[in-house]
Amino acid sequence: MSISVKEASWAISNKPIVDSVTLGVETGQMLGLLGPNGSGKSSLLRLICGLRRVESGVITLGDQEISRIPRAQLSRRIALVEQQATTDAHISVEEVVRLGRTPHRGPLSPWTVTDEEAVAHALDSAGMTSKRARSWHTLSGGERQRVHIARALAQTPTELLLDEPTNHLDIQHQLDILSLVAKLPVTSVVALHDLNLAAMFCDRIAILQHGRVVAIGTPETVLTEDLIAEVFGVRTYVDRSPHHGRPHIHFLTRGG
Amino acid sequence: MAGKPEGGMPRASIKTKRTFLLLALLSIATLLLAIAMAVSIGEMTIPIITTFKAVANRLFDANFAVSRLQEGVIWDYRMSRALVAAACGAALALSGVILQALLRNPLAEPYVLGISAGASTGAVAVMILGVGYGVLTLSSGAFIGALVAFALVSVLAAGSGGSHERIILAGVAGSQLFNALTSYIVTTSANAEQARGVMFWLLGSLGGVRWPDVYLAAPVALGGFVVCLFHARALDAFTFGSDAAASLGIPVTRVRIVLIGLTSLMTAAMVSIVGSIGFVGLVIPHAARFIVGPGHLRLIPASAMAGAIFMVLADIVSRIIIPQQILPIGVVTALFGAPAFAFILYRARRAV
Repeated sequence: MSISVKEASWAISNKPIVDSVTLGVETGQMLGLLGPNGSGKSSLLRLICGLRRVESGVITLGDQEISRIPRAQLSRRIALVEQQATTDAHISVEEVVRLGRTPHRGPLSPWTVTDEEAVAHALDSAGMTSKRARSWHTLSGGERQRVHIARALAQTPTELLLDEPTNHLDIQHQLDILSLVAKLPVTSVVALHDLNLAAMFCDRIAILQHGRVVAIGTPETVLTEDLIAEVFGVRTYVDRSPHHGRPHIHFLTRGG
Repeated sequence: MAGKPEGGMPRASIKTKRTFLLLALLSIATLLLAIAMAVSIGEMTIPIITTFKAVANRLFDANFAVSRLQEGVIWDYRMSRALVAAACGAALALSGVILQALLRNPLAEPYVLGISAGASTGAVAVMILGVGYGVLTLSSGAFIGALVAFALVSVLAAGSGGSHERIILAGVAGSQLFNALTSYIVTTSANAEQARGVMFWLLGSLGGVRWPDVYLAAPVALGGFVVCLFHARALDAFTFGSDAAASLGIPVTRVRIVLIGLTSLMTAAMVSIVGSIGFVGLVIPHAARFIVGPGHLRLIPASAMAGAIFMVLADIVSRIIIPQQILPIGVVTALFGAPAFAFILYRARRAV
């Protein structure tokens, strides 16, 4: 088990945001986190990478409890791609990706061959090598998301967390980013809104509601008409896509 | 890609390490020349060569013939003044770099955020009210004032939604409050002579600077520079915000406490010596960023040097712009700084 969360809870001023969540991700798998706004997806991701501390429960990476792993060591292992993180700084693509080497370097240590190779490899994996000299401010939303993924990969993580990486992207770039993530040789947890995209790309799906996991399993077992109606409040018809074999969710209007 | 990137992040404007080193040497030479000019120019004009001779006499026991009067003016008055100006410019520019990176706001600097105003209030409270019963020095009073101001402005900004723009508004409110407090203390408790002295000092004045001030200003500026440089990578990691920095392994809370403490310390030390001087911390980091790019490993030395040179030159301007009269240096920096502030504001608006 690559990531394992047991009974994790976290609250803001006594309002539970993540409520006794238990889930696990196998090494190399891609887990989709689905749920309405405010269901605790982002908070759960921040707990897993140690940005927030669980109030009760245990989160382990491999066989180590994350609260016992020092900050810098943790970020050499697990990387987070936030949604829509941007900057005013006049910074190039390569400079952003180089930030990913921060946890591997001391305060004054020089840039090494290993750093250079990690950056080159990360740029290559995210398909941004040809745009490495471009300024951040000239990039499209999809390209920025790719740069963030490259920055995360430069950390050489074994686990990658992505918080709604496809938000505000057009459909081509949504498909583009998710197939990129699905192909990466890392364990990943992705918070998503689009049920069909989650069904297409994720190995397993966890559905969150009011901070609790209400279902977890393969897309086929989790994405049922009843559960979607209960959690998202919409009527659907689910069948198997004849094109990619994954569940396909048809949304029905209230009258139909 | 031609030419492998070297060193820290920035390659935007400066391509290689060699150009950067060349620039570093050039800026050190410029600073020395500016200090020599500052020492030579004044009511009694002293040839630059005499300045060098006098310095050589003091430092290396070279036996150049320099009149005792000239040597006294050079060494006791003008040299200390120029060195404090340099230290002060460097420290204020570094404070600006830190605040702009940590708060991710291009307009952040000690003066705009009310930290200078808080330091002034602290210093005046010690100077005129005798707060601290003689145990607190002027500088430590200023330091406490600076910390209180920063805490107040942070709380105000957090309470108003915590967005990055809000902190500037909170800073305006904080500045007004502390300036009012300072005026209150001065008008109710100071005698006429104290009041006149305080008002002149508040505008920023290098007039009363002597060697003991150098022994405070120079170590604070140098120490601040080293601490900043040590945190250069951490400041880079804040490019996409504090969560991004934390996910890159930066101990965000510790870095914030250390660097904000450092900013308060540097601002307080400079305010207690020369009064509150505005806009240096705002303008210099932007100018330096334009030349060496946004990476802090280069931005920090570049800002420190540019700040030092700017303040020494501003001091010269303040002494020669009106014949027979010395303008407060804060007036000179504001005359340069306010238009630059407007320009940065305008550019920030267009970038959105």
